[in-house]
Amino acid sequence: MIRARRRPVLLALALAAGALLTAFAFLWMLTTSVKPLGEARRFPPTIVPSKVSFDSYLRLFRDLDFGTYLVNTVVVVLISFVGLLLMAMAGYAFAKFHFRGKKVMFALVLATMMIPIQVTMIPTYLLLNSVKLTNTLVGIALPALVSAFAIFLFRQFMTTIPDDVLEAARLDGANEARIFRSIVIPMSKPIFAVQAVLTFIAGWNSFLWPLIIANDEEKYTLAVGLALLNKQLSVNPPLQMAGASLMVVPILVVFAIFQKYIVQGFTMSGLK
Amino acid sequence: MTQTLRPATKARATTVVAAKVRQATRTKRNGAHLTPYLFVSPAFLCLIAFGVAPIVVAAAVSLTNMDISGLASWRNVEFVGLANYSALFSDAAFWESLRNTAIFVGMGVPVIVVVSLAVAIALNQSSSRFFRALRAFYFLPAITAIVAISLIWGYLYNSQFGLLNYLLSTVGLPPVSWLTDPVVAKFSVALVAIWRASGLNIIIFLAAQQAIPKEYYEAASIDGAGRWRQIFNVTIPLLRFAIFFVSVTTLISWMQFFDEPYVLTQGGPTGATTSISLYIYQQGFRFNEFGFASAASLVLFVIIFVVTAIQLRTRRFSDD
Repeated sequence: MIRARRRPVLLALALAAGALLTAFAFLWMLTTSVKPLGEARRFPPTIVPSKVSFDSYLRLFRDLDFGTYLVNTVVVVLISFVGLLLMAMAGYAFAKFHFRGKKVMFALVLATMMIPIQVTMIPTYLLLNSVKLTNTLVGIALPALVSAFAIFLFRQFMTTIPDDVLEAARLDGANEARIFRSIVIPMSKPIFAVQAVLTFIAGWNSFLWPLIIANDEEKYTLAVGLALLNKQLSVNPPLQMAGASLMVVPILVVFAIFQKYIVQGFTMSGLK
Repeated sequence: MTQTLRPATKARATTVVAAKVRQATRTKRNGAHLTPYLFVSPAFLCLIAFGVAPIVVAAAVSLTNMDISGLASWRNVEFVGLANYSALFSDAAFWESLRNTAIFVGMGVPVIVVVSLAVAIALNQSSSRFFRALRAFYFLPAITAIVAISLIWGYLYNSQFGLLNYLLSTVGLPPVSWLTDPVVAKFSVALVAIWRASGLNIIIFLAAQQAIPKEYYEAASIDGAGRWRQIFNVTIPLLRFAIFFVSVTTLISWMQFFDEPYVLTQGGPTGATTSISLYIYQQGFRFNEFGFASAASLVLFVIIFVVTAIQLRTRRFSDD
């Protein structure tokens, strides 16, 4: 008994040390972002800033275009929320209808999960270029609008909606759009919550595709702007860390509020 | 998830009856058979346009000399046969990027699987508030932007005023060229990715452990099995599927390794951290050699496909 009680204490200490390491990286980011430039480049580094200064944040918005990047990122995320509705519709059809070609179509949907972005990025770029959507926010959001995996999860969830409920509504004369809007969507709130949070995180963090498609600075997202900040000003740590904080802190807030949904979502993606 | 899945099987049992009822009501309405297609098509067409069609286009483009002038007008595009592929296979940089990717996969995948499994099992040893609070810290890197994380680590690695070299100096060790030495840089870049990728897999392993019935542990402890015996004889064997799943997905994502080397080293020094994914990006979007880059991307696709197929096959055999 004593052994069993003592071991979790050691384990707790080891795990806490690991957690502290992660926490430290983020803390280091935050404290550096409020250090004056000279102090952040001083060797040895200081753990606690001698003076708190928000100059770096001001510079991000005043001298650099991070205000625009922030707006762009939010717009891209909002556009990708439209995809939620499309994926829910597809998931509903796969879950609750029988139609010709359903099996083949569903297999095709699942097959797209295996295709790496490296293969699709060049053709997609050429395609969007031919319809003049390169260098637009719609072009950034469009290829990631629909994910096969989310369709799969919507379908899994929606098979649990009882058929009787849908039939009853049909007998009452409700049309299919109405049934979807006022029965299926309300009953699918949990999966919508999970997917909405994951869509936000994915859209907010996405990097490779926006990097390819956004040529002009006024179309950059935060991730692209931040990566290029690294190239231009590799000697200004407070500015970089302020930029990194701008990207990370909203995610931390979302995580704090929606941790349950995030964990649930990742769990689903792990155990299909 | 298991909770939402279980009713699904139940629902399937009643589907046959329901289908008949539905058919009866549906035939009454004109054009109702179009309904499922209307629901499916927006998302389905998106997937076809951005998921399936590009493979065909990539295959076609890889046989042409498509470049920036081809972007302006299709008349500038010529069929070149397999010239891109032969150029690719004689490009030393291509082979180096493949070798680098193999090294990254070889370093990253085993470490991630072992570390995330160990941490997940450790986190599951107690259900106290403290342990549950710790989980959040391990999840965190998985959901923060790779770009931001890479910047943070880039600063920690900085050779002039980075914290890591300072810590080394306090114990009397010489500074390390974390990102500028060709060998060390590979490890530095991989370390960031390992740190980041573990969070997601820890979540998966934790969830998989929840599904193990408590009775198994009770039975094991009545039989006198200690904590370690229980971990090795109950937990790990029952996590077989999760371990397999994590290995496959981690392997696939590491073959597509891109963000960390792009931000931390831009593939340098002298190509030492250029992954195949970064190589394709550079050929395609820095030099605008779309035909050549498409050829490289198809090679990557074939590699991923073959490796995944082999894994699935060995899994099937080991199950028999």
